[in-house]
Amino acid sequence: MAQITLKQIGHSYSGGTRPGDYALCPLDMTWHDGRTYALLGPSGCGKTTMLNIVSGIVTPSQGRVWFDQRDVTGLPTARRNIAQVFQFPVIYGSKTVYQNLAFPLVCRKWASDRIRRKVGEIADLLDLGAKLGKPARGLTADEKQLISLGRGLVREDVSAVLMDEPLTVIDPQMKFHLRRKLKEINDRFKLTLVYVTHDQDEAMTFASEILVMSGGRVVQSGPPEHLFEFPQTTYVGYFIGSPAMNFLDAEGQGDRAVFAGIPLTTAYPGDRVPQGAIRIGVRPEYLEFVATAGENVLAAMVVDVQDHGGVRIVEVEVGGARVKVKLAREKPVPEGPALLRLPPGKIRLYRDGELVPLD
Amino acid sequence: MLAVTLNAENLSVSLDGTVHLDHVDFTLARGRLYTVIGRTLAGKSTLLRVIAGLLEPDSGRITLDKRQFSGLPVWRRDVAMVYQQFINYPHLSVLDNVAFPLRRRGTPKHEARRRAGELLMRVGLEGFETRRPSQLSGGQQQRVALARALAKQAGILLLDEPLVNLDYKLREQFREEFRGLFAGQADMIVVYTTTEIGEAMMLGHEILVLHEGRLLQMGRPADVFERPASTTVAEIVNDPPMNLLDGHIADNTLHFSSGMGATLPLHMVALPPGRYRFGIRANDLEMRPDGAIGGEVIVAEVSGSETFLHLDTAIGPLAVKCEGIHPLALRTQVRLALEPERLFAFSPEGGLVAAP
Ligand SMILES: Nc1ncnc2c1ncn2[C@@H]1O[C@H](COP(=O)(O)OP(=O)(O)OP(=O)(O)O)[C@@H](O)[C@H]1O
Ligand SMILES: [Mg+2]
Repeated sequence: MAQITLKQIGHSYSGGTRPGDYALCPLDMTWHDGRTYALLGPSGCGKTTMLNIVSGIVTPSQGRVWFDQRDVTGLPTARRNIAQVFQFPVIYGSKTVYQNLAFPLVCRKWASDRIRRKVGEIADLLDLGAKLGKPARGLTADEKQLISLGRGLVREDVSAVLMDEPLTVIDPQMKFHLRRKLKEINDRFKLTLVYVTHDQDEAMTFASEILVMSGGRVVQSGPPEHLFEFPQTTYVGYFIGSPAMNFLDAEGQGDRAVFAGIPLTTAYPGDRVPQGAIRIGVRPEYLEFVATAGENVLAAMVVDVQDHGGVRIVEVEVGGARVKVKLAREKPVPEGPALLRLPPGKIRLYRDGELVPLD
Repeated sequence: MLAVTLNAENLSVSLDGTVHLDHVDFTLARGRLYTVIGRTLAGKSTLLRVIAGLLEPDSGRITLDKRQFSGLPVWRRDVAMVYQQFINYPHLSVLDNVAFPLRRRGTPKHEARRRAGELLMRVGLEGFETRRPSQLSGGQQQRVALARALAKQAGILLLDEPLVNLDYKLREQFREEFRGLFAGQADMIVVYTTTEIGEAMMLGHEILVLHEGRLLQMGRPADVFERPASTTVAEIVNDPPMNLLDGHIADNTLHFSSGMGATLPLHMVALPPGRYRFGIRANDLEMRPDGAIGGEVIVAEVSGSETFLHLDTAIGPLAVKCEGIHPLALRTQVRLALEPERLFAFSPEGGLVAAP
């Protein structure tokens, strides 16, 4: 597979060049061979636009796209050798699974026994071997998506696999199987896989690297754990994680972060705590209800409980602010007044929306 | 006079020889939000289409306050619907798409547009008023459809997986808003389909579990979650699906079919000896060095602060959700602890017989 490089790629649908005109602001980007990338971001942030520029569906208003040493900017989709999977399966319903998978090879005039071998191999990989003779119409949504993928993979010279929200139409129960399948395929073929999603869970579980997008820009990229633990901006803290990271207005005083008059201990070296107005970021997963007062323990009041099944989201009022606590179902939910602890190691500090580095 | 209940009796629908609804009965009351949970093809969309009048049932009927409702043409039913694959009028601007139902009811143009503008603001589409739907991203188009349904102010609002095309954060925000939006609406029946159990639980006053056209269970979210009527319900209302293991009870001991035994938990002592299926939730299994069950990692997926493992174990394949980030490699050996107190018991036919 190919390494994909975007050089000063930007796109404005209107052709205008003012900052507000860009669906994708000019950026540089390299996607390495054999890795899985997720483009994650809210609706309208430019994910599909970026993907479509790589596939050739959209011609960028500026910049160049490279596949390895080849400038493909002017090449149409058909000549870029990419496998694409879209939100809704694109298959020929009246044709059999075999015919669907063989189609790109027939177009390329492969010999029929070579086609048979290749289709058989890919069908086995996708667990579609037993269904080759069936009309594609009767298959489940996840099988249809696998066919869409298979149609891309049968070709020998695929540069990259591009997927735009491929799991939208799949049941949560089936998503796992499909993701597992995609991982297996990826392990085996070492694909350069770029995957668009607005679902952070999907991005987190699937990708080796996530690019968080907002307003046509990539605001942070890195492995999932890193984005979760160290959101670079309050926006990323809000977007990654459900519910979002809690933010509390506080003040840096000496080596402490003072919230609602109470000095809190953090993992920051004393001289790293910015003085004056800051915000404390802490994940709902890391807040704890405790029985006794102590370090970093605040008096709180439970105001709402939402039952999500496996977890409960408890909303509490603390020092004039509202925060959410994520509790496993088996943990007791306090009623009314409660004591809330902010673990020092899990506190992040933000100044002007940016993470204050810990080291 | 506003109607109070919508009643479905014995509804059945088959299309092309496939059963989509199979003798479904229920009663829905005004002022309440019902979430319908089920996998794709469970019959959720069919159910909504029958209520909307887009599809006539093969048998059974729907009444609104005892008055015949099935048979009425679509336009005479006081119904608004949002589809999973959003539909907008391509030739109208975003604003006029939302104003359309108001205009059709005779609201003056100026007033209709003002209200449409408000609704667009509510769904986060301020500034997009003059665009055509084709110039919007997928999620933005879905929000236009949602705003139009709200504009209709119908007595029955049907939402068919309305959030699937929205991004995660918008979905989160919408769910919270829905709770507020419908909390005080004493005159509306809202039916909302979803494949996500978390969404179904937090939004619904009641949940309807639909599977292969049959209504398997209906009740308060916590009741359905804590006492799933069958193994199928248990699988549907847990994400990942509840783990199910074959076994039996004999000599006051619980045996898994692999041969491993466990002390019979208190909530199962009254059960007669015999064969059962035991269920355990993915997050009730714990990875511990001293755990009794050996297993091998098939897939490990990290999700925020949790790790989701798929294991091959001594008692069968198990899905495990554990707190913390454990980037475990394929084929890593792990040990699991299972507390019998957390087990559900189902009859061999699948009916619930004991819950923790
Ligand atoms: N054909 C088009 N003409 C004009 N503007 C467009 C067109 N397609 C997309 N846009 C705009 O460009 C921006 C980026 O859209 P894009 O489709 O890349 O978003 P996305 O991140 O894929 O969103 P979603 O998650 O909703 O699919 C949006 O503001 C959208 O309204
Ligand atoms: Mg998109």
